[in-house]
Amino acid sequence: MISRFQTAYGTAADALSRGVRRVSAALWRRPAVSAGLLLLPPLGWFVLIYLAALAALFISAFWTVDSMTGDIVRDWTLQNFRTIFESPTNIAIALRTLGIATAVTITDIVLAFPFAYFMARLASPRQRIILSTLVLVPLWSSYLARVYAWRLIFAGDGLLNWCLRLVGFDGVEIGYTNWAMWIVFSYIWLPFMIMPVYAALERIPFSLFEASQDLGARAWRTLFRVVIPMSMPGVVAGSIFTFSLTLGDYITPVLVGGPGSTFIGNVVYNNVGITNNVPFAAAYATIPLVIMALYLSAARRTGAFEHL
Amino acid sequence: MNSYATDQAQDASSPSAVAEPVIVRLAAVRKSYKDVVAVERVDLEVRRGEFFTLLGPSGSGKTTSLRLIAGFEKPDSGLIELNGADVTGLPPYDRDINTVFQDYALFPHMTVAENIAYGLQAKRVPRDEIKPRVAEALRMVRLENFGERSPAQLSGGQRQRVGLARAIVNRPKVLLLDEPLGALDLKLRQEMQSELKRIQAEVGITFLYVTHDQEEALTMSDRIAIFNLGRIVQIGTPAQVYEEPADEFVAGFVGTSNILRRDGRRFALRPEKVRMMRADETSTEAGLHVEGGTITEVIYVGQFTRYVVRLADGTDITTVRQNSDRSTSGPREIVGSKVLVAWRSDNLFELR
Repeated sequence: MISRFQTAYGTAADALSRGVRRVSAALWRRPAVSAGLLLLPPLGWFVLIYLAALAALFISAFWTVDSMTGDIVRDWTLQNFRTIFESPTNIAIALRTLGIATAVTITDIVLAFPFAYFMARLASPRQRIILSTLVLVPLWSSYLARVYAWRLIFAGDGLLNWCLRLVGFDGVEIGYTNWAMWIVFSYIWLPFMIMPVYAALERIPFSLFEASQDLGARAWRTLFRVVIPMSMPGVVAGSIFTFSLTLGDYITPVLVGGPGSTFIGNVVYNNVGITNNVPFAAAYATIPLVIMALYLSAARRTGAFEHL
Repeated sequence: MNSYATDQAQDASSPSAVAEPVIVRLAAVRKSYKDVVAVERVDLEVRRGEFFTLLGPSGSGKTTSLRLIAGFEKPDSGLIELNGADVTGLPPYDRDINTVFQDYALFPHMTVAENIAYGLQAKRVPRDEIKPRVAEALRMVRLENFGERSPAQLSGGQRQRVGLARAIVNRPKVLLLDEPLGALDLKLRQEMQSELKRIQAEVGITFLYVTHDQEEALTMSDRIAIFNLGRIVQIGTPAQVYEEPADEFVAGFVGTSNILRRDGRRFALRPEKVRMMRADETSTEAGLHVEGGTITEVIYVGQFTRYVVRLADGTDITTVRQNSDRSTSGPREIVGSKVLVAWRSDNLFELR
């Protein structure tokens, strides 16, 4: 009895292990199938949560809200977009958002490049570790805390004016202006520019610097003909971060911006949270989306995505 | 036919080459990294038009010497002269020297033609002069139709040719080549070796060539400087360093040598100069020195077979025998056979 049970059990276990082996061999012969199985969960997540949400946003942009009842009217209409493009205020807000995102991106390129160059080319391994830690540490602290810190710096009797008066200048009142936003955004997103530029600069083989010198090029020619062109993919990759993060932000404008500092994100926020006009918010939110789509397709041509 | 004629012409002109002026001179050059000495008191004179090779194992200082001449490194002390002028303190871009790099170092974001034009643009050569010179350089390395390609589209051998064209287009006084064929496979390397010789003959530029490959050095060079432990141990023609090695290191590094110790003196003896005979064979040839021994190793190489014979005093003598007759049954002599080895005493070279 026992022995027959053992035999039966043994046969079943053998069959199972044979089955496992056969499946594993079949997967080994079809790498595409195993890759598919591996990607199924994240891909499912991506399609459901991310693309579905984007699609819902895009569809609802063509709906309206009944102004009497506040209910969503599911009729296809371009009314929301017409409202946006017929209102000088809405256009001004979109242009302001776009302009400051551009200014922040340019500022970060100018600040990040020499810093990343020093890190990648001149710093000792020890200095490099210290510098990359310094770049990354702010990212571990709260975004809100950092923006609030800048409010204190910009305040009338804040750190900035205290320093200015110390060296004999008059104080400036730049708190709650677009200048403040520009400075704060440039500060907050700087690490996202430094890191890809650093990665791009580090990938330039040292022999290319020597080859350039060897062929008679002085420092500036090496910089403009070799270093900058070869680090462009990193710069583009970084600018995708700085540009899109600024474009979508709505907290910094509230905290350090003034009355004339409304961003697209603030309009979206107000329409969702206060006016309860989700379709209009959706329509307005597609503007930065379209801008980013255009920017990304332009960036793709430079090969920047290999550096993300 | 043509190359034969060139060889003849070179042979005929080699005595006069001795009279050519010195173009590169290193005097007591020393270079260390922290507490590691890379180059210790190097003295060197390279004459115009020479194919001069720096040969040595890795870490012997040959590449550092080349980098010092190029200006990529600053010497701790000593003097570097180019065409009679002191260039010790000059940066690479102010030296009339160009380098061919081991990893090619082509600019990946430029086309082949842009790579080659780079040096001319840096020297502000007029625009209408650049184009024909780039075309001429491409022709010289036989890549006429590759100007618009990107370096990524080329094979290793083609990239090295572009590296060469990019350097010679500037018509430097000296061309430095840092193990330029190191990354290529054997067939391609041999092909490029003769290409390099042809191109040097065509442009007449002094070539300063770094390699660790002794065969490459022997076949290509007019003269060779052999490096060991940061010093030059011998400078001479290929035949000189092969037949009259300065010390045991050179004897072992350039080709292989048997080292014989007799009467407290040391001699180098090349394997091909040792004759192997049957134990019962006799020879009446004058000046022939014969000793008995036992074969301890037989290595079939194809064109020849290499034997190691242990003599009565324990010395191992390596000898080679051409496989001049076709046979698949292997060599007659096997490990353990008693044989005689013989050499003419004038083929011994005493080592200091």
